[in-house]
Amino acid sequence: MKITRKEFLKISGACLVAFSGKKALAVLESPAQSQDSPAAAGKLHKQLGMIIDTRKCAKDQGCTKCIEACNKAHNIPDFQNEAHRIEWIWKRPFGDLFSSYETQYLETSLKDEPTPVLCNHCDNPPCVRVCPTGATWKREEDGIVMMDWHRCIGCRYCMAACPYGARSFNWVDPRPHVADLNPDYPTRTRGVVEKCTFCSERLAKGQLPACVEACTEKALVFGDVNDPKSEIRQVLAKNYTLRRRAELGTGPNIYYLI
Amino acid sequence: MFMFEKAMVGSRRYWIWVGALLAVIAVAFGFYLHQLSYGLGLTGMSRDVSWGLYIGQFTFLVGVAASAVMVVLPYYLHNHKEFVRMTILGEFLAVSAVTMCMLFIMVDMGKPMRVFNVFLYPQFHSVMFWDMLSLSGYLVLNATITLVTLHAEQQDVSPPHWIKLIILLSIPWAISIHTVTGFLYSGLPGRLAWRTAIMAPRFLASAFAAGPALLILLCFLLRRQTGYDVGKKAINGLAVIVTYAMIINVFFIAMEFFTAMYSRVPGLTEDFEDLYLGTVSHTSLLPWGRTSIVLMAAALVLLLVPRMRRNEKTLAVACALVFSSLWIDKGVCMVVGGFIPSPLGTLTRYVPTLPELAITLGVWAVGALMVTVFYKIALSVEIAKEASYVPAYEFARTAGAVGLQAQAGGAALAPGSGAPGQENGEVSGKGEQEWHQ
Repeated sequence: MKITRKEFLKISGACLVAFSGKKALAVLESPAQSQDSPAAAGKLHKQLGMIIDTRKCAKDQGCTKCIEACNKAHNIPDFQNEAHRIEWIWKRPFGDLFSSYETQYLETSLKDEPTPVLCNHCDNPPCVRVCPTGATWKREEDGIVMMDWHRCIGCRYCMAACPYGARSFNWVDPRPHVADLNPDYPTRTRGVVEKCTFCSERLAKGQLPACVEACTEKALVFGDVNDPKSEIRQVLAKNYTLRRRAELGTGPNIYYLI
Repeated sequence: MFMFEKAMVGSRRYWIWVGALLAVIAVAFGFYLHQLSYGLGLTGMSRDVSWGLYIGQFTFLVGVAASAVMVVLPYYLHNHKEFVRMTILGEFLAVSAVTMCMLFIMVDMGKPMRVFNVFLYPQFHSVMFWDMLSLSGYLVLNATITLVTLHAEQQDVSPPHWIKLIILLSIPWAISIHTVTGFLYSGLPGRLAWRTAIMAPRFLASAFAAGPALLILLCFLLRRQTGYDVGKKAINGLAVIVTYAMIINVFFIAMEFFTAMYSRVPGLTEDFEDLYLGTVSHTSLLPWGRTSIVLMAAALVLLLVPRMRRNEKTLAVACALVFSSLWIDKGVCMVVGGFIPSPLGTLTRYVPTLPELAITLGVWAVGALMVTVFYKIALSVEIAKEASYVPAYEFARTAGAVGLQAQAGGAALAPGSGAPGQENGEVSGKGEQEWHQ
């Protein structure tokens, strides 16, 4: 059979259309794929979350145990250049997290207290909504906002979308800047975005997140906020807690106990 | 390739210009290869200001691309015959601008080799997916339109009827590309400077001022270099469009300014304080924001006084002011301003680096080269038609020579080109008339 160039182009064009059409249908058919649909949001069987007890955390303001444990576990590079920093969990003054939550007349001000910051694993994550490739998604079984570093194209739309500044981009190759390599966890390549994953690799082995385990003050409480019997729910039921920018409707799952 | 041979014939000046553009592109490509191997850390972008000059240029150029509709719409929907010699220029400008948009997206990507993931794993909830779709669709539409109409013109036949449908489709499509690009920003919950319903309308208004302003400047340049005259009426018509669009654009900015400054909600005022007032922060945007506002005001004065708008010299200045003020407004201030302050309240300075500037200039050079080559082809066809009454089959042979003549002796051709130009407008106008019935 002889095929002219024109026919070949026609056939391959048709194949391409059919292929992409099939993909499109597959996505439309399975509601599970649309992570940001109202049905999926807030109605997950399980939603992992964390309480940060600022009173316990403030006992040692210079403490960086949670940060060090995370950095070590996840091969987080150490950049001197502020612009290139990669952070999964880090500390910022409380006033930067909650700029409108306190009056200026308090005698003991929380304002300057270094407070841990990390991904909020939102019920309705804007980063997931905007990602053009599905490289970040909300995991059905436990509500973690996950990242696929092999699919990310590095467009950084998720960084623009995140209202919490929880995402970092690998501006340069991070590997030379990882001092103490953990062979059990992947390093990343330049050009992709990364963030906290609630230590999904440790949870899979039945362990707590590295930061929670490292905290000697027990200031971090981790668990399923959809389970009324969980420890985190007990604490949430008895204490007044704050969530960062909850008015945006993102449904953050990091609670700050003050 | 399609009539490409026409771009291979030109005067010494033409080749010097093309050579210079190629040299800029080559240098920029070198810098890009370095960025590709080193990473985007080569740029001035940071954790806090994670989009910069590249995405700014992309946003601005989507507007330039969309603005082709401002010559196509009056011509095809309202039968404004005076735009007959301008439509092809507008459409070619659109093709070049969309290509530049795509290049700016590519150079901004951390992993450009994975770009097809957007189509392999389509995410219908991502505005970026729809933006890619609308941009590539717009490119295909305009490439088809220019190719088919120019080919028909070269053969001296009226274009096929189906192309009218494509042209009509390109009108709402042009609006869509800039609307969707506006949604890229206005749909983000946490960026208060961007989260405004007026974002897409403001984009469109600024686009319909900046794009036609550039087109007017290009028309002046073409007349000087080649003698191809789009006609006084066309320029005046387009100048009125630029004026209205600029007024609406400035009006929209004033609306934003009032809403922010009278309500005094910190998240809203921060952006304006940063860009125009300089009351709180010390980021590098203040001089840019202020320059943009001053240029806009000056442009409005020149455009609003009829005597100045109709005077070609002052109109050229006004168009340059419109274009540069809106380039600053969208290409520099809008995108970067949205990242200041960061979600954690940091005021991070963004200053593009030398490689970043070189790559940006390189992409602009690609656009300039495309416009040069496209206009050369288009004008070869047009001028060949006007300058000689030889039968159609002889055009191919003479077009190149006439094009050369036009290049070398543009001034000599200019005085005579007015009359045959008018004639040509009517001749090809007949074909259009049939379409409208």
